[in-house]
Amino acid sequence: MLHSFHKKYKYLFFLMPSISGVTLFVLIPFMHVVKRSFQTAITKEFHGLKNYISVFHNQAFHLAVKNTARFTVVCLPILILLSLFIAMAMSQLKEIKLLKSAFLLPMAVPAATLVLIWKILFFQEGIFNSSLLTLGLKPIAFMDSGAAFWVLVLSYVWKNIGYTIVLWLAGILQISNSILEAAKVDGSSPMQTFFYIIIPNLKSTLYIITILSFLNSFKVFREAYLVAGAYPHESIYLLQHLFNNWFTNLEVDKMSASAVCIAVILFCIIFALEILYEKDK
Amino acid sequence: MLKKLSLLLLYLTAFLICLPILLVLLGSLKSTQELMGSLSPILGDANGMVNWSPFPLYPTLNHFYKLLFFTPSFFIVFWNSMKIVFCILAGQLFISLPAAWAFACYSFPLKKPLFTLYIILMLMPFQVTMLSSYLVLDALHMLDTHRGIILPAIFSAYPVFIIYRSFTQIPKSLLEAARTDGAGEFYLFLHIGIPSGSSGILSAFVLGFLEYWSLIEPPLAFLKDKSLWPLSLYLPEISIEQAGMAFTASVITLVPAIFVFIIGQDYLEQGIMSSAVKE
Repeated sequence: MLHSFHKKYKYLFFLMPSISGVTLFVLIPFMHVVKRSFQTAITKEFHGLKNYISVFHNQAFHLAVKNTARFTVVCLPILILLSLFIAMAMSQLKEIKLLKSAFLLPMAVPAATLVLIWKILFFQEGIFNSSLLTLGLKPIAFMDSGAAFWVLVLSYVWKNIGYTIVLWLAGILQISNSILEAAKVDGSSPMQTFFYIIIPNLKSTLYIITILSFLNSFKVFREAYLVAGAYPHESIYLLQHLFNNWFTNLEVDKMSASAVCIAVILFCIIFALEILYEKDK
Repeated sequence: MLKKLSLLLLYLTAFLICLPILLVLLGSLKSTQELMGSLSPILGDANGMVNWSPFPLYPTLNHFYKLLFFTPSFFIVFWNSMKIVFCILAGQLFISLPAAWAFACYSFPLKKPLFTLYIILMLMPFQVTMLSSYLVLDALHMLDTHRGIILPAIFSAYPVFIIYRSFTQIPKSLLEAARTDGAGEFYLFLHIGIPSGSSGILSAFVLGFLEYWSLIEPPLAFLKDKSLWPLSLYLPEISIEQAGMAFTASVITLVPAIFVFIIGQDYLEQGIMSSAVKE
């Protein structure tokens, strides 16, 4: 009896430490936050959906959601396509060790170091603007205009490109040479090979890349915060800034209601990704 | 011809990508006077633009000397960072490694939804769970302590996700054969799982090091006492007026990360690759 119990639940032994930690540090407190999202901030009286309604009418929330969504929608395709392009070019080469290291290196640069680079490069009087002046062009106010958004996009792509290239390369190198050769013999053009053989074989790679790129897209907050503080230019005012500011002001009601909303949205996105992935498998 | 051109383009892109890092490395060797001279427009002391020469005129290690030997506060935050990073990674070794093994090698009820839950938790930005983390740390009296930063990070779902991928590469038949030969579950984990998954495990730790070495949000939210701060928060506090210090501190922050990166690069690549391969 004991033996069969042991056999059936052996996985629990490995899983339990992690599950109990996650339950203690994330799940239980998050349940508490769900409860708080229906209560007033200080007196903790039942408040119905009023917190949610006030969040939906909040201007800052609109701006932050818009910017975060815009950032994700702009960044992910740029990163994914650019790195696929580079990985395709690299897969033709024999000696790619040095190239790979060079592309991966930015991953090791801590946010705080990157911020110093940003300041020197993109401040009003920085290196970038001074080269623009030399070329006879107008300087750009990177930090105080919509350009800040693009600086953030650039730093995201810069930091994540190496990782994504290596992921693509793994996927590409996995496609067996015999299929590619066969296609060549049958007269398939490089374009046809790319769209009809390589791309369909990269679907599970794309799934991983999308999840990890999405995950990393939230991390640009570090750079944005360290360069521009709690109230940056409105083009890079992200959800993370909003939560941070609510946290500082202890606006528990708004925070909990919007945390629940964001969790639900994320859940739907992952769920959709999983379904797409399963359907293709 | 086309191949030569694409090769050239690739190397050029790679060089451009590494350029900012060179800028910091070379900048840290510049003397205070030179830095002040070229940065004065940013500091508002002079009109015009920054005049930045790539190479230092008179290379000096003076700032390194000053920062390493005469700045005790730097010393403290450096070791704060080291402590936080290594405690988190050590903890993850005991928590996420077995969890990844359980997800990869056993089938059990609710496995799929549970793993999806882990992916969702992994993707949740810190700010969304910030309030709940605050509540639990407050209840456990861990605010303003390193434990409050370390413990929640140990249970992160990210290493589970990365290591899981490399464990799924182990052929099921191998495990079955070992079981038939009488190997216990724990034996399988130690003698088949860990060696076969080593690249995934090491890459998860390299990624973890890079991640926690530049930890910003949790210490910012939960550590009020600045003497507990990690390097990643201390560094931006150095104003650009002390450019020499800022550059040097940046380089010293960069060095351990690059070091780990160089040692771990092969594992990192293999680990990344195994995560991209079909299940």
